[in-house]
Amino acid sequence: MGKTFAEKILGMKAGKEVVPGEIVEVKPDFAMSHDNTAAISKTFKQIGVDKIDDPERHVIILDHCVPAANEKFAQNHKDIREFVGEQKMPNFFDINRGICHQVMAEEGFALPGHLIVGSDSHTTTYGAYGAFSTGIGRSEMAVILATGKIWLRVPETMKIVVRGKLQKGVFAKDVMLKIIGDLSADGALYKSVWFTGPTIDAMSMASRMVLTNMAVEMGAKNGYMEPDDKTLEFLKNRARRDFKVVRSDADANFESEIEFDVSELEPQIACPHTVDNVHPVSEVKGTKINQVFFGSCTNARLEDFEIVANVLRGKKVHSSTRMIVIPASQQIFLQAIQRGYIQDLAKAGAVIVNTGCGPCMGNHEGVPAPEEVVLSTSNRNFRGRFGSKEAEVYLCSPVTAALSALAGEVVGWEGEEW
Amino acid sequence: MPKIIGKVWIYGDDVNTDVIFPGKYTYTVTDPDEMAKIALEDLDPEFAKNVKPGDIVVAGKNFGCGSSREQAAFCLKYAQVGAVIAKSFSRLYFRNCINAGLPAITLAESPEIFKADEKIEIDLNTGTLKCAAGIFHFPPLPDAVIGIFNDGGLIPHTRKILGID
Repeated sequence: MGKTFAEKILGMKAGKEVVPGEIVEVKPDFAMSHDNTAAISKTFKQIGVDKIDDPERHVIILDHCVPAANEKFAQNHKDIREFVGEQKMPNFFDINRGICHQVMAEEGFALPGHLIVGSDSHTTTYGAYGAFSTGIGRSEMAVILATGKIWLRVPETMKIVVRGKLQKGVFAKDVMLKIIGDLSADGALYKSVWFTGPTIDAMSMASRMVLTNMAVEMGAKNGYMEPDDKTLEFLKNRARRDFKVVRSDADANFESEIEFDVSELEPQIACPHTVDNVHPVSEVKGTKINQVFFGSCTNARLEDFEIVANVLRGKKVHSSTRMIVIPASQQIFLQAIQRGYIQDLAKAGAVIVNTGCGPCMGNHEGVPAPEEVVLSTSNRNFRGRFGSKEAEVYLCSPVTAALSALAGEVVGWEGEEW
Repeated sequence: MPKIIGKVWIYGDDVNTDVIFPGKYTYTVTDPDEMAKIALEDLDPEFAKNVKPGDIVVAGKNFGCGSSREQAAFCLKYAQVGAVIAKSFSRLYFRNCINAGLPAITLAESPEIFKADEKIEIDLNTGTLKCAAGIFHFPPLPDAVIGIFNDGGLIPHTRKILGID
């Protein structure tokens, strides 16, 4: 019997053969934390160890409330900078670099065959690069600072095969919303999810990240895609370390195997207040929206900017709607400026905000008022997620967001040229 | 481990971390008493005002889905909740409960068997739960992690294994 990707990686790290259900103690290759590093450093100090186990293991990226919205957030950032200085941590990225998951990829930390943990649930994103990556809690990160170690349960593997050429106006986000809607918010609970098939192969790295980013929204421990030429090309001159691609064996034991044919898929939308409340956009067409948020670690990369700029160029965001735009990283921001996309968006009336998480967890930069409706390219629409528990949040692809911004209400692609 | 006896607070499926501990507070509310006061704020505003030490939160599937924020487990601990029972837990929430030393009990019959406001009794030593509907059994924590829970959570456990305490 062969081994799955998850069994191989966790077995390698544990130094023995492992089976699903087993709990192993492992040392991750990289451990990522963000603005929560201040709280983590305080917990670390409670442990009573002076020096961290391995400064090279940790990557700290400020993104959750950048620049600081008030004194409390500013103090939080200051505490982190001091801790990073005290412990001489080399992999620190301050407020001007971008959303942690995007920076992890751009800076070459998201590597095939690597075990990466992060004190953020969307750490699953790096599976698009062939890493085993998963979210952990703050206390666990504090213990990794002290000892380098964490316990992990070896997960069963769910194989999701995606086939079919996507229609115009349909993107990775629509595919992932469809998968989550069908499998539900706990459809992959505790599982390692392997996304494979011709549709995935045809996707760009940016599009693949949409699926692994949102794998956690169906309860997955990690999402994984086999590295290919696109992966290796992206990692050229970028990879921080040597790496070895790890793949599942053909005769490995997959707990389940599910196929999706997406050739006829329409644009999808997740309605309030759960990510699995998914419908075709056509079913909620005409819903009035007060704000469009184009940003987040799910969908604010260069390919998304290209699509949104193509839709908005020469047009105006509807007078009853505001549009907030936040690039996923500073690199993307610069590229979007060079290509004229930022100018297109700003001329259309969009508000361009610095890179970071923005309003995605209700901190700042465009939180809605009670009873307002937000259409967002992000990954979560739980009640209160954007700050107000009376606000309603819908999740969609960048093209649906852009078309809806022009209309002032929800619309999907209906054959317009852009 | 003494028995946990308390009144049940009954909720449904997919109770997410944003309604347990809203994201807007993750960097601004850090004091344990203040954290207890906003527990379940966006799900049930009556909870924090009326919860009593030992009370038990019961729910359906996928409790604690969403964010990795461990304050969603710690705020219930600080509210002196005795245990959380659910049909299933999100993996991050389950880990955070162990790390907080808050009993997280997986019970297939939750929450259907519970009646509003009833008092129930949990024995972690034997893995049994007594309520009006009868006696139910739940699996113990895996051997590999029970030490963390028994030591009162991950930080006291780590201090112990490093020989600091």
